[in-house]
Amino acid sequence: MKSSVATPPYTLNHPRWYRKRVSTYWWLLRWEYLRFVLREISSVFVAWFVVLTIVQIYAVSRGPDAYAEFQDFLKNPFVLALNVISFFFVVFHSITWFNLSARAMAIRIGGKRVPGFLISGPNFAAWLVISALIAWLLLRE
Amino acid sequence: MADTIKLEISRYSPETDAAPHFQSFEVPFRRDWVVLDALNYIKDKQDGSLTYRWSCRMGICGSCGMLVNGEPKLTCATFLADYAPASIRVEPLRNFPIVRDLVIAMNDFMRKFQKMKPWLIRKEEKPVSEGEYLQTPEQLDAYKQFSMCINCMLCYAACPVYGLDPLFAGPAAIALAQRYNLDSRDQGAKDRFPVLSQHDAIWGCTFVGECTRVCPKHVDPAGAIQQYKLTAALDWVKSVVMPWGGK
Amino acid sequence: MDVTTHDVLLVGGGGAGLRAAIAVSELNPNLKIAVVSKVYPMRSHTVSAEGGAAGVIKSDDSLDEHAYDTISGGDWLCDQDAVEAFVNEAPQELLQLEHWGCPWSRQDDGHIAVRPFGGMKKMRTWFAADKTGFHMLHTLFQTTMKYNSIFRYDEWFVTKLLVDDGRVQGVVAIELMSGKIQAITAKSVILCAGGCGRVFPFTTNASIKTGDGMGLAYRAGAPLKDMEFIQYHPTGLPFTGILITEAARAEGGYLVNKDGYRYLQDYNLGTPTAKPVLRSMELGPRDRLSQAFVKEQEKGRTIDGPYGPVVHLDLRHLGEKLINAKLPFVRELCTKYQNVDPVHELIPVRPVIHYMMGGVSTDINGATPLPGLFAAGEVACVSINGANRLGSNSLPELLVFGARAGKAAAEFASSAKPISNSILAQAFDEQRRIENQFLRNTTGRERTSTIREEMQQTMETSAGIYRTESSLAAGAKTLRHLQERSDNLALDDHSLTFNTDLVAALELSFMLDVAESMVQSALQRTESRGAHQRTDFPKRNDEKFLAHSVVFRAADGRPRVEYLPVRITRWPPGERVYGQPAQKASAS
Ligand SMILES: Cc1cc2nc3c(=O)[nH]c(=O)nc-3n(C[C@H](O)[C@H](O)[C@H](O)COP(=O)(O)OP(=O)(O)OC[C@H]3O[C@@H](n4cnc5c(N)ncnc54)[C@H](O)[C@@H]3O)c2cc1C
Ligand code: SF4
Ligand code: FES
Repeated sequence: MKSSVATPPYTLNHPRWYRKRVSTYWWLLRWEYLRFVLREISSVFVAWFVVLTIVQIYAVSRGPDAYAEFQDFLKNPFVLALNVISFFFVVFHSITWFNLSARAMAIRIGGKRVPGFLISGPNFAAWLVISALIAWLLLRE
Repeated sequence: MADTIKLEISRYSPETDAAPHFQSFEVPFRRDWVVLDALNYIKDKQDGSLTYRWSCRMGICGSCGMLVNGEPKLTCATFLADYAPASIRVEPLRNFPIVRDLVIAMNDFMRKFQKMKPWLIRKEEKPVSEGEYLQTPEQLDAYKQFSMCINCMLCYAACPVYGLDPLFAGPAAIALAQRYNLDSRDQGAKDRFPVLSQHDAIWGCTFVGECTRVCPKHVDPAGAIQQYKLTAALDWVKSVVMPWGGK
Repeated sequence: MDVTTHDVLLVGGGGAGLRAAIAVSELNPNLKIAVVSKVYPMRSHTVSAEGGAAGVIKSDDSLDEHAYDTISGGDWLCDQDAVEAFVNEAPQELLQLEHWGCPWSRQDDGHIAVRPFGGMKKMRTWFAADKTGFHMLHTLFQTTMKYNSIFRYDEWFVTKLLVDDGRVQGVVAIELMSGKIQAITAKSVILCAGGCGRVFPFTTNASIKTGDGMGLAYRAGAPLKDMEFIQYHPTGLPFTGILITEAARAEGGYLVNKDGYRYLQDYNLGTPTAKPVLRSMELGPRDRLSQAFVKEQEKGRTIDGPYGPVVHLDLRHLGEKLINAKLPFVRELCTKYQNVDPVHELIPVRPVIHYMMGGVSTDINGATPLPGLFAAGEVACVSINGANRLGSNSLPELLVFGARAGKAAAEFASSAKPISNSILAQAFDEQRRIENQFLRNTTGRERTSTIREEMQQTMETSAGIYRTESSLAAGAKTLRHLQERSDNLALDDHSLTFNTDLVAALELSFMLDVAESMVQSALQRTESRGAHQRTDFPKRNDEKFLAHSVVFRAADGRPRVEYLPVRITRWPPGERVYGQPAQKASAS
């Protein structure tokens, strides 16, 4: 169906509709927007961890010397700080990601939609278990 | 408690103003009044030129969406008592061109909505004389939530992506497309796919989730978009893995 | 002046208008259709309808029973040929809507579910939870989007019908966004502009229901029919007038007075039972229930609330599960607007103006006596509702007679002569009138809202649930006076952009015409029938008044009433019996 509003445009009395420009600082207006922007930024840090892990595996594959060199690199205070920040962003990213999964998957059992916490819950649980396992492996001695 | 309350209302007339400005009005404070009652009081008793849309006064026609203290709200369902005794700021919905005072232009939505083909598509129509298409309560439940949209535009006002990229189809239009996709009687998902899978449709959404939070009818448009992303992604995977097998 | 031209033009984009538009398209895709609506179509008042739409579909039911319920419910003022057509076509229309995607509530086996409704002896009311009108309207609106021949004029306000050469040839309308006034011509025009509840102070009706369509027809010379029959719905929330749908009682709700007593048993409506019985007690017809409220009030057995007397609607025994499944909107409305949770508390309710049985007089195909003009929906009076409409008959009426009017108007347009050229002069005159009387007028001194309030008050005191000669005569006089004062309106707003002050003034003038026609028809009907109750003439008088009132606008602007016989086919006038005995008495 065509609507007269789209064409023809307002004639003689064309109103000058007022269009507000979006402020450059729109993302500071509400916590929800800020949270959203932080989540978007967190992707950069996730990417950084991915790169770091690849470099680490590469270093391991090149022998103990290379790996020691890599460990020295990690001890650099700048890199240390970056990794601490990245850690928080990655945790933030993971939490919001799991929460999102509950919304994206409308799973139905017996005609009823499975409540969100039953979808995100196992995700969180698996995450905790795997993290604990790794921590245990690393901190055994 | 004070027996009056102050409203700061955004005014704009394209014929005389370069930009919107605020004007304050003092109205009687009544516990059972909603913001819309206060606007009606002003229009009837103080300034007949105050311009806004309303109709049903029962939260179902979708006309009366405005920003109340910066938050997108149906003004017929927003009580003065929740803000009193502080004054209340009323503005037109964000992200839309302002026509006058509290009235915004929503023809952009109407155009995008129509592109989604929001009607039941059948390969073959069953004649009415053969009765209804069967649909169990569970099948009804699968899309019911998305069919509750009253086109009030609150979600567009809450969506920063729509504010930044006017080409973005937006939450309600996508939720309503999904409403038909999920309807067991519909066979048009393929026809809607090209529009929905465009960059400006689902992939434009970066999941702020604000649309769902402000929706007065619990439509969950953010959920609709995420669900469709999943469907589209799976479809793509399927077409790569099994290029021969259509849906 | 701009002029646009179409073949068929619809004034109104509610349920009736959209159904008619689709009917025209399906009949002849070459006809150019215009839908002109003062609000976006999906905002139309059909959106508020809650309870459901009646249509015979179950095997224990029959068309004759639906017809009988409708005719007895209407106190034998219905045209029975129209009722027969209506009950016949309602099920197909509701199925058609199902095929267009309407999310009707279902049984477990996937078939359509039905619920009981007031005044209906069988379960035949289709529903989409308790948002039936909402789903119907959105389904229709979304379906119209696929037809290329339908052109929408969203947010255009129609001010006048253009009549030339003895037939209607278009309208003059204002584009609200720009203030542009222009002629939209068409070979046939269908009025689908809805009801006029806003003539009264306390109503379930939205702010847009101001009787514009009735006013437009009346001024153009088409008569209005049965305008004295105005329905009070027995259960509205006090203050807001928000409707608590009859479905609440159909699911088993009780109406109780201040002593917790189910008072309807005192008014010939049957004896109370725990489970709802069709056509009995709380499921009696609306006119009787509203009248019982007034009697209870006179006996001092109502409850005093901040907005006058109320009785209580009790849903507590239905339980949270049923309320959430079948009446979620009722719960939402009560908690949001009344701060009462029906699961645990009593809902205060009172009768409230709800529906207009009368309207633009049409035949069974929606044609008015004025060639080229058709009407359908609440604006029209076919008449299937007689002296009292049964709940859930209006929504199917929109569909059945919307479709019929659409087809008739399409046929008329296909064979009509071209538009006359002289029509433009009339349109110019109308433009000048609007500009001079409202936009450029600086000498007016009356406020639209003041006159509107006085009119509404007058209607409530003179033409409420019970009427008398003296109340009506006084009302007629006040309305005349208000008419004169309304010639002298002062607008606050002289702008061209979205001028709602102008719209309110134009609506007021339509409402005043409609109000006068109501009061005059009520004054001259010296009997009591259905929703029209005269305390000075408490009996029905079939000898004199088994007839429709037909109101014309005389040259001096006053209403003139004539009568037209009711068309009776198979059901001779009888006693209206409700309560348990109805089971026997209603054999058809
Ligand atoms: C709260 C409520 C609940 C109800 N529940 C039920 C129910 O359960 N079952 C049932 O059967 N019935 C019910 N009804 C009655 C039923 O909903 C109405 O009778 C019906 O919806 C009227 O539809 P319509 O298409 O005639 O008019 P509307 O839907 O009112 O549409 C009127 C149209 O005309 C347009 N218009 C009017 N004037 C102008 C103008 N001057 N210029 C341009 N356009 C104009 C409007 O914009 C609108 O589009 C209910 C009514 C109310 C108030
Ligand atoms: S999705 Fe919700 S907020 Fe958005 S338009 Fe629909 S009802 Fe309004
Ligand atoms: S006035 Fe209809 S939604 Fe608020």
